[in-house]
Amino acid sequence: MTLDRRTFLGTTAAMATTLAAPMVLAQGAGKPRVVVIGGGAGGATAARYIAKDSDGAIDVTLVEPTRTYFTCFFSNLYLGGFKEISDIGHTYGNLAAAGINVLHDWAVDVDRDAKTVTLASGTTLPYDKLILSPGIDFVDGAVEGWSVEAQNAMPHAYKAGSQSELLRAQLEAMPEGGTFAMVAPPNPYRCPPGPYERVSMVAHFMKENNPTAKIIVADPKPQFSKMALFQEGWNKHYPGVIDWIGEEFGGGNVSVDPANMTVTIDGEETQVDVCNVIPAQKAGRIAEMAGVTDGNWAPVNPADMSARSDADVYVLGDAAEQGDMPKSGFSANSQAKVCANAVRGALTGSKVFPAKYSNTCWSLIATDDGVKVGATYEPTEEKIASVDSFISETGEDSALRKATYEESEGWYTGITTDMFG
Amino acid sequence: MTVGPRALPFALAAGVLPCVVTATLAEEADPEAGKKVFESCSDCHEVGKGAEHGIGPHLNGLFGRRAATQEGFAYSESFKRAGAGGLEWHADTLDVYLEKPTALVSGTRMSFDGLKDPQQRLDLIAYLRGFSDNPRDIPEADPTSQGTDHDLDPEILALKGDPEYGEYLSGECVACHQTGGANDGIPSIVQWPEEDFVVAMHAYKNKQRNHPVMQMVAGRLSDEEIAALAAYFGQLTKE
Repeated sequence: MTLDRRTFLGTTAAMATTLAAPMVLAQGAGKPRVVVIGGGAGGATAARYIAKDSDGAIDVTLVEPTRTYFTCFFSNLYLGGFKEISDIGHTYGNLAAAGINVLHDWAVDVDRDAKTVTLASGTTLPYDKLILSPGIDFVDGAVEGWSVEAQNAMPHAYKAGSQSELLRAQLEAMPEGGTFAMVAPPNPYRCPPGPYERVSMVAHFMKENNPTAKIIVADPKPQFSKMALFQEGWNKHYPGVIDWIGEEFGGGNVSVDPANMTVTIDGEETQVDVCNVIPAQKAGRIAEMAGVTDGNWAPVNPADMSARSDADVYVLGDAAEQGDMPKSGFSANSQAKVCANAVRGALTGSKVFPAKYSNTCWSLIATDDGVKVGATYEPTEEKIASVDSFISETGEDSALRKATYEESEGWYTGITTDMFG
Repeated sequence: MTVGPRALPFALAAGVLPCVVTATLAEEADPEAGKKVFESCSDCHEVGKGAEHGIGPHLNGLFGRRAATQEGFAYSESFKRAGAGGLEWHADTLDVYLEKPTALVSGTRMSFDGLKDPQQRLDLIAYLRGFSDNPRDIPEADPTSQGTDHDLDPEILALKGDPEYGEYLSGECVACHQTGGANDGIPSIVQWPEEDFVVAMHAYKNKQRNHPVMQMVAGRLSDEEIAALAAYFGQLTKE
């Protein structure tokens, strides 16, 4: 990390930046500057709300490498054939039109003393407030035998886009009666029900296209999100197809061999046709480079999502360690609004309202069989704490499940409009 | 859904003096009496849990629905035209239809001359309103069909909401309900009359309305916060 270098270069770097600033940011001269890194559910929402609510009083720059952003939420529905890849792709034109300076670039360094962000193109962005919403990266060596170099043979598809399309192509190419394996991640990870919705969607795809195919899931956890609902749905829609191997049966003792397409679970090697490896996760790397992480995640203050280690840096979404909220797009969107309100208050003196957070996650098990789980949260001294929650029940009638699925589609349109304008 | 007596004090507090005959009657609509009235409909129409189409279509979820749009029922051409032309079932359209069905849908096959007694119509509408509450149409169309079915403290209804606070709080709503007013599976709440908004949110908060997400969201909102949201959404413009 940059601690040493910052200490060493501190004064010089700060002076250099001061001199350079007018050239770099002539456009925003005089206005407070917010830089947002990451254009997903946390970052896009934060940028949009700050720009919208400050009505031009704050200069907002959004740094996001991809020109078309594919949402992880609903990417499983693409795998299952319920959505096209284009349905989950979004561009940033509306945010640009709303006055946000959208830079398609990678942030490669953060100097918190000089309060600058360096981009891969060489541009330096000064900030008054920095918002990091970089999503996840994978923990090196989390699954024996797997690394990102192997992600073409064994895709993670846990950052949506080309990886999702690759996994879908592999499902389509699977031989008749073949085997699909998933290596599920340990807690905490992005989208707790995600791997199990994916198993459902793969099973649905196979039921329609390759009905004798089998699914094996190696899971290091003893239980998982919405477990009773998923297992009920698997027995109902895909009886005998899914073999879930939890912690108790050695599901955490896994290695893979991408060259030979084998998976070894608790000492037993299996030849597979498609292998979806979802490794253990950590905050997107820029959070670590900014020096705001402690272990794998970035601890934040529950009241406003500011980093515990720096009041001028905020961390949103999956990368943040905040307490009880699951790592989800809905959570990130919720946190972004609290953060935007706080940032605006700090920079323009606008009224700051108390934080309220919420989350709802919908999952699709089969055609018209949707379930959901949700909770509301409030900040305490120690963490963002759950105050109320609900979950779909087993045995619900099909009309309610269909309504839940239709509701999830409404939510998708709602949240993506809320993110991208 | 509450079908309790509507509070007369509320009408006075809100300045809606019951000086018009229909308004007075609306204050006294009695769903229990409406249930009796429905007995003369029940040879052809079912309503309630498990209701199915018979000679006439079932009447669950009637309020806010476009006429002649239920699957599995063969409507008359006249009704299909009325539906295609925009006829929706609300308290006012039902009142007209029930008074003289052919006055509204000339070729209806419903062999029923009409209910001449306005009180009976209001009672029947209040009764049917109780079957229009389900998770598929939140916030239920016609949340407060005629008058308002609630026993909310008039002081709560009299609260003036702060739209600026409402705008902040709305962040939680607009993750699902679009500010542009579009309805893509989750209903629009833009420009909902403030009073109806407040009544509905308190009904969720008190678990009289049955959508789990909305019960949770409304459950932690204070009276002032609900008023603030109502003020904010009431003044938004649809795109």
